[in-house]
Amino acid sequence: MPQISQIAATYASQLFWLLITFGILYFGIGKMMVPRVQGVMELRESQIAQDLATAEAARVEADRTEAAWNADMDAARAAAQAEVAAAKARALAAAEAQLRSADADLAERIAHHDVAIGNAKAAAMVNVQTIATEAAQELVQRLSGVAVPTDAANEAVRRQLNHG
Amino acid sequence: MTYVTNGNLAVAAEGGKIDPMHQFLIEPVLGRPWIVGGYDLSFTNSALWMVITLVALWLFMLGGMKRELVPSRWQAAVEGFTGFVQNMLISNVGPEGKRFVPYVFSLFMFILFANVLGLMPVGIVPGWHPFTITSHLTVTGVLAIISFSIVLIVGFGKHGFHFFSLFVPHGTPLPMIPLIFVVELLSFLVRPFSLGLRLFVAMTAGHILLKVLAAFVINGINLGPGYIAIVSLPSFVLMIGITLLELLVAAIQAYVFALLTSVYLNDAVNLH
Repeated sequence: MPQISQIAATYASQLFWLLITFGILYFGIGKMMVPRVQGVMELRESQIAQDLATAEAARVEADRTEAAWNADMDAARAAAQAEVAAAKARALAAAEAQLRSADADLAERIAHHDVAIGNAKAAAMVNVQTIATEAAQELVQRLSGVAVPTDAANEAVRRQLNHG
Repeated sequence: MTYVTNGNLAVAAEGGKIDPMHQFLIEPVLGRPWIVGGYDLSFTNSALWMVITLVALWLFMLGGMKRELVPSRWQAAVEGFTGFVQNMLISNVGPEGKRFVPYVFSLFMFILFANVLGLMPVGIVPGWHPFTITSHLTVTGVLAIISFSIVLIVGFGKHGFHFFSLFVPHGTPLPMIPLIFVVELLSFLVRPFSLGLRLFVAMTAGHILLKVLAAFVINGINLGPGYIAIVSLPSFVLMIGITLLELLVAAIQAYVFALLTSVYLNDAVNLH
């Protein structure tokens, strides 16, 4: 087995070159390259953690925005409903007022017309009495040849009219 | 220069006996042996494969250094390995374990790449031979000693002599303390050996098995069609399966080495 039989002749060379190569390996790769690789790995991990935190914050922010939007929408809807109700009430009140004024107007006009009708009726009645008086005077003159004074005829007609 | 060479390479090329141990032979490459202060520091095939492992790992890491927020596949692979080691340390040692990520990552990736590169079929390139540096006790032993030293340094540095309380578990009856202390101390001191030997043995055994089966295939082919059907084909099919198994073992052994280092570091940091 050369590993044993050659050991006396080769140990110095083996040790020397192993220490050189392993030394270069340790200081050149282990001490210089590996920490950089570890640094990149840590950087990536922190980057991922940071990105996740950012995403989480964005999600919370989005939730808050949505809640605020919902609240805004609810408020706007309530305001609109109140506006509609108010407008409806106002319209109703206006319509009622208009109706009332129209009623009053109408009532007034009806009253005026009633008075006019009464006047007309009274005037007509006076005319009817005059006509009846003249007709009664003429009738009496023709029948009996008696000239009835106007006042008496008038009185008789009035009495007769009142009896109906 | 007293490398033990038995010239089996030439014999193998001639189609004679194939030595399954030849693959573990350390030979100088790139010219003359280099001796400094009485120590032979030659650039061997083992050193070459250490450098190849280092370069392969460096290239792999380089592909993951784009530092993009959304990683490419390559970057994801690099980050996957880094995260794997980091999670292993955090689950075994706790938040303090992150301090050891550079070391355990280097250890895990070095062993993993060395194990896997040793299984690559570079033998098909003429003149090249795959070499598994983790199949050498000198390499695994040094890595185990480094891990053990770090455990000792961290343990004594953090807890001082209180670190010895690691060898006296909670609730030990008073008369049992000396005995338990010795047993726990021994089991603690055996750790670097078990750590280094486990990897060395696993890699060596797997590669010997593969080479023995490969020798069956080659020798069967040399002996004629009948032997091909009876010996070479079944051996080849078995080799495919064992190669896949060895790839699994390569990853598992690297994981076990890094995991045990994490567990020992936990002892040093948290004292049970």
